[in-house]
Amino acid sequence: MSRRTSPFAALARHMIGIMLAITFIAPLAWAFLSSLKPAAEARQPPLPPWPTGTVTIENYVALDGYGAGFWSHAGNSIIVSLATVILTVVISVLAGYGFSRFKFPFKGLCFILIISTIMIPFQSILTPLFLILSKMGLQNSLAGLVLIYVTLQMPFSIFMMRNAFDSVPLEIEEAARVEGASVMTVLVRVMLPLVAPGIVTVAIFAFLAAWNEFLAALIFLTDQDKYTLPILIVAVRSGRYGTVDWGAVQSGVTVMMIPCVLLFLLLQRYYVRGLTAGAVK
Amino acid sequence: MSRTGRKRRGSQARRQIAGLLFVLPAMALVTVFFLIPLGMTVWMSFHDWPLMGAAEWSELHNYELLLKDRRFWGAMEFTFWYTIIAAVAIFGVAFPLALFVERPGRATSIYRTAFFLPVVVGFSSASLLWAWFMNVDSGLFIPAALELGIIDKPVNLLASTDGVFWSIIVMVVWKTVGFSMILLMTGLQSVPSEIVEAAHMDGANRFQRFWRIKLPLMRRTLALALILSVAGSMLAFDQFYSISNCGPRNSTLTAVYWIFTQSFVSFKLGYGAALSMVLLVILVSISALQLWLLRTPSEDAK
Repeated sequence: MSRRTSPFAALARHMIGIMLAITFIAPLAWAFLSSLKPAAEARQPPLPPWPTGTVTIENYVALDGYGAGFWSHAGNSIIVSLATVILTVVISVLAGYGFSRFKFPFKGLCFILIISTIMIPFQSILTPLFLILSKMGLQNSLAGLVLIYVTLQMPFSIFMMRNAFDSVPLEIEEAARVEGASVMTVLVRVMLPLVAPGIVTVAIFAFLAAWNEFLAALIFLTDQDKYTLPILIVAVRSGRYGTVDWGAVQSGVTVMMIPCVLLFLLLQRYYVRGLTAGAVK
Repeated sequence: MSRTGRKRRGSQARRQIAGLLFVLPAMALVTVFFLIPLGMTVWMSFHDWPLMGAAEWSELHNYELLLKDRRFWGAMEFTFWYTIIAAVAIFGVAFPLALFVERPGRATSIYRTAFFLPVVVGFSSASLLWAWFMNVDSGLFIPAALELGIIDKPVNLLASTDGVFWSIIVMVVWKTVGFSMILLMTGLQSVPSEIVEAAHMDGANRFQRFWRIKLPLMRRTLALALILSVAGSMLAFDQFYSISNCGPRNSTLTAVYWIFTQSFVSFKLGYGAALSMVLLVILVSISALQLWLLRTPSEDAK
């Protein structure tokens, strides 16, 4: 369709676009800019949001004074998120390949069982999960949390990976097999590079889910030194001795946001692909 | 049977086993951490199940308690209203945004990225951010309104149900509208341009083309976006935990919050499981409705 737009209409359109873009980014920018103020100034309303005098990292130092220290909790979050990403990718690549290329008894049933768990809210199985983790000695451990996060990623990730393998032509694999390559060699050497975009999508979703998850971490981690960042910052926000250090909250929120924003800006294409996969299907 | 036939059968069996082995880890995880707990939720809901000590079969006792649990039904009602208003607000903003970012162009793709950015920030971060903005003394909303002369004396947003409710609605729209926007945009773009052009030739104006042609053709996407938004709101927890702590006076208590309190603060695990069953039935019904609305694309394409 031809679109004839007058320069005036185009200008109005971009004015609106820029205003809206600023509105959406403002809350994030507000937290980041305010977090650079001196501690005393951070207690004042953030008008203007940027530090008027000196730029300091006082609020980040204050954040370090909570719990077992900042790096200890950031470490917990990083371990949990990376372990979730690695396990999710490995398990969903194997399963996606299995569902895409092999025939075995109850294959359809297995696939439907895994995919249908997406319809059931995990919030409704928290109580038994708590008991199962306790039985396995994994309650109050980062490992237990990782296993739950990986399980929750399974339906989306396996769906993505099966589709990725489905879209690779059979001939490529057969050529490698005729040359005598084993099943695992075919998967790792031939197939993996071809489904790499799908893997990136699965990895981004797994990372964001694990990095930001709150409810399961709140319930399953009981020792303070095991807290992940979201739980730590909520503790900061509840305050100490009746006062809340808003500067520490701002720096905490900033630290939690930065990896998500960077990851999205760098790998936006893969993220949106995952998002629309469900809509197009 | 010829030798090659037997050999092929042998390799087929091996490939079957290989296939099973490939899906085994995923099946094991989903079974242990999803299917078994799901069955246990049902089982536990018929028990008096304390954290310590033995569980006791209690028949329908938990469900009888649940029917009389005023707090729970209050929480369900609040969650229900929150879900409806959030869905209306999100769609009201997402649709114009989707139309705005639908066309190609470099500037448009930058706008799209900006509108979407809050989606990738976690609910916990967004809630903490709002908790700060809503603070009377050190926050943003009230001091800014005072400065601009919109109000003449400080109001504590956290002290009134309406203050908490509408602030959280604004937060949720800001945080999730980009997601609905992208889905709706995909829907708009999937409408074949020939059909829209044909309508244009027949003299349909811009509004008619949208209302009569595009909207009916993107019904599936609409249903998907709506149901994802509804399911998300029904399970709201983070924002009410971090921002209002279900206050003032428990007026912003959500369903998941009450299940959390009963199971992990009071440690009435059996009762928590019974409450979970209600939530489960509601969400599975929503998903069933979704499957029904999204059934056979060929029928919808007519």
